[in-house]
Amino acid sequence: MSARENILGRLRRAPAGAPVPLPDVAAWFATTPVEDIATRATRFKANIEAAHAEVHETNAADWPSLLLEIAVQKGLGRLLVGHGTAQAEVLRSQPQHQLKLVSYEQPAATWRSELFENIDCALTAARSAIASTGSLILWPDASEPRLMSLVPPVHFVLLDAANIHADLHAAMTNERWAEAMPTNALVISGPSKTADIQQTLAYGAHGPRELIVLLCHRGAKSS
Amino acid sequence: MSQNQTVHFHPAEGFAERSRAAVNDAHLRRSFRGAMDFLQAKRLSQFPDADELSALRDLGKAIRLHALANLPDLLEQLEAKLQANGIQVHWAETPDQANAIVLDIAHRHDAKNMVKGKSMVSEEIGLNHAMEVAGIEALETDMGEYIVQLAGEAPSHIIMPAIHKTRQQIAELFAAKVPGVAYTDNVDELIRIGRDVLRKKFAAAEIGLSGVNFAVAETGTLYLVENEGNGRMCTSVPKVHIAVTGIEKVVAKLEHVALLNILLPRSATGQAVETYQNFISGPRKPDELDGPDEVHLILLDNGRTQAYADVQLRATLQCIRCGACMNHCPVYARIGGHAYGTTYPGPIGAIISPHLLGLEATYALATASSLCGACVEVCPVRIPITDILIRLRNEAQAASAGKLRGGGRARKPLQSSIWLVWSWIYGQPWLYRIVSWLMSRGRALAPSNQGAWTRSRTPLNPAPQRLRDLLRRPASG
Repeated sequence: MSARENILGRLRRAPAGAPVPLPDVAAWFATTPVEDIATRATRFKANIEAAHAEVHETNAADWPSLLLEIAVQKGLGRLLVGHGTAQAEVLRSQPQHQLKLVSYEQPAATWRSELFENIDCALTAARSAIASTGSLILWPDASEPRLMSLVPPVHFVLLDAANIHADLHAAMTNERWAEAMPTNALVISGPSKTADIQQTLAYGAHGPRELIVLLCHRGAKSS
Repeated sequence: MSQNQTVHFHPAEGFAERSRAAVNDAHLRRSFRGAMDFLQAKRLSQFPDADELSALRDLGKAIRLHALANLPDLLEQLEAKLQANGIQVHWAETPDQANAIVLDIAHRHDAKNMVKGKSMVSEEIGLNHAMEVAGIEALETDMGEYIVQLAGEAPSHIIMPAIHKTRQQIAELFAAKVPGVAYTDNVDELIRIGRDVLRKKFAAAEIGLSGVNFAVAETGTLYLVENEGNGRMCTSVPKVHIAVTGIEKVVAKLEHVALLNILLPRSATGQAVETYQNFISGPRKPDELDGPDEVHLILLDNGRTQAYADVQLRATLQCIRCGACMNHCPVYARIGGHAYGTTYPGPIGAIISPHLLGLEATYALATASSLCGACVEVCPVRIPITDILIRLRNEAQAASAGKLRGGGRARKPLQSSIWLVWSWIYGQPWLYRIVSWLMSRGRALAPSNQGAWTRSRTPLNPAPQRLRDLLRRPASG
């Protein structure tokens, strides 16, 4: 008998308890009041800022110059961008900037020390976000791999303000996650942190020390 | 690096001595008192609405009960979904089997370096020791776990492993153990030192090992939460990711995770959400540029099926490992995690450890409770911990071995006979009247040395007048 058969056999031989219906989780989340996009964006911003992230409100036209400005302020030199993404192309077409763009084109295994040691910051798009916890949702893929949001010390995230869900449950159900999960889905709620030394909060434990959200509003320019 | 307990450890022996030593350790008492007060206040601030919290706990419990009621089916569904997603599934009945599976994978990849995300199951199976024996470096990368491993100790809390150490102790440890590091007790500096050391290790390791917070049967997804990012490093940088988990960690639906993770971080550390929620549903696809080539899940029994076999004790497996029960336990707050001598300390440790290690090795832990019920009040999935503690005390004292491994092993014939006589006297009103009268007359004969009781308390003396005498006396005034 294999370990699998033994374990399943013991579980199946155990006395049945009272039958338990499938819990109605959706009903619980349905009780939260419906908010408009602007309110969700405000709540998202307040919550992720409370977790030590920076949020800059901008729009689809202005974010590249804003990003370059912030990068210069922070003294960042090398920015990792995705391979063949729209945001990488937009940045590349910006006139006269000092930021060196590095494209993530090769498997991480072939340039790992470069990735770990010589990249100052990275830019990725967020798929969507969550208002209730101030969280960004990323589905890393071939063009924006998962280490972009983890290894560089500063992470810029481009977020469309129209894509902010009320909570994680709304994100999962509205985007129908359960039908086809990606190899890796991430929900990120601030820069990396730890309180393992005497409950004292410190940022930049293993992941990014800084998380900078470029919150793009549609319609009228905000800046 | 030295190691935690082996799986054959006998925590019941010496539990009383370790507790006494801990209670008399002023540093330790201050560390734990401070940490517990901090965590209790933070949790409370996250649940301002008592009615909402109550409803959330009902749902959390319902999700876990549903998962346990369908456990074998859900495990088979999980296995099928994971395999369809390209994740390899292994089953282990014992810690030795689990370690052998990890070693087998390591040998196939000729691996010498393993980085570890926080995993209490890996502590439970003594994985670091098994790797060390086989010549593989298994390095803890959670800051708290790294500190504890550097000190050659075991975690004293399931969420905050280094909670027993002060900043100064950690500063001294780093200065002594990390090459080229000068003494600093600045927390940011200490974290930066750990970050720099461990970054090199992440980049060099062939294997990343992690635990699992929930395994979703519906989608074949491993769900991991953390704040530091070391868990993500372990699951996305090395070419092989091995996850180990207990068989009870499965949930039926992806949306169940959304509800449980409202309860988990708030109950555990009083934060609204963890920094990283990591949903892993497969190894990297051919066109992906990072992520592991192989993902393995090891499903561990190690006594969990014994708890499952009993309808009352099955509730033990509802646990989502938040640690709120220990944060609110007056016993844990005073003796700390190491006194228990088990991987899982505190109230949850007292009720899960007998299944992992046998009641003969752990019966003393169930007695380390005043049954005040603080743990039951805060448990996010409403485990009836005190009822289970009483049940385990009875099983340990039972006349026959019963169904639990090591049952009846705490029974002492003289003590049992005394209780038998006691219950007989208390069951006969006429006899009770005579005996209590004799006791009140003969109170001068009560010994001043009453063993363990008088070690830290004044002796017990029968009252000069029985309650029935007092009640019969006419009311004065």
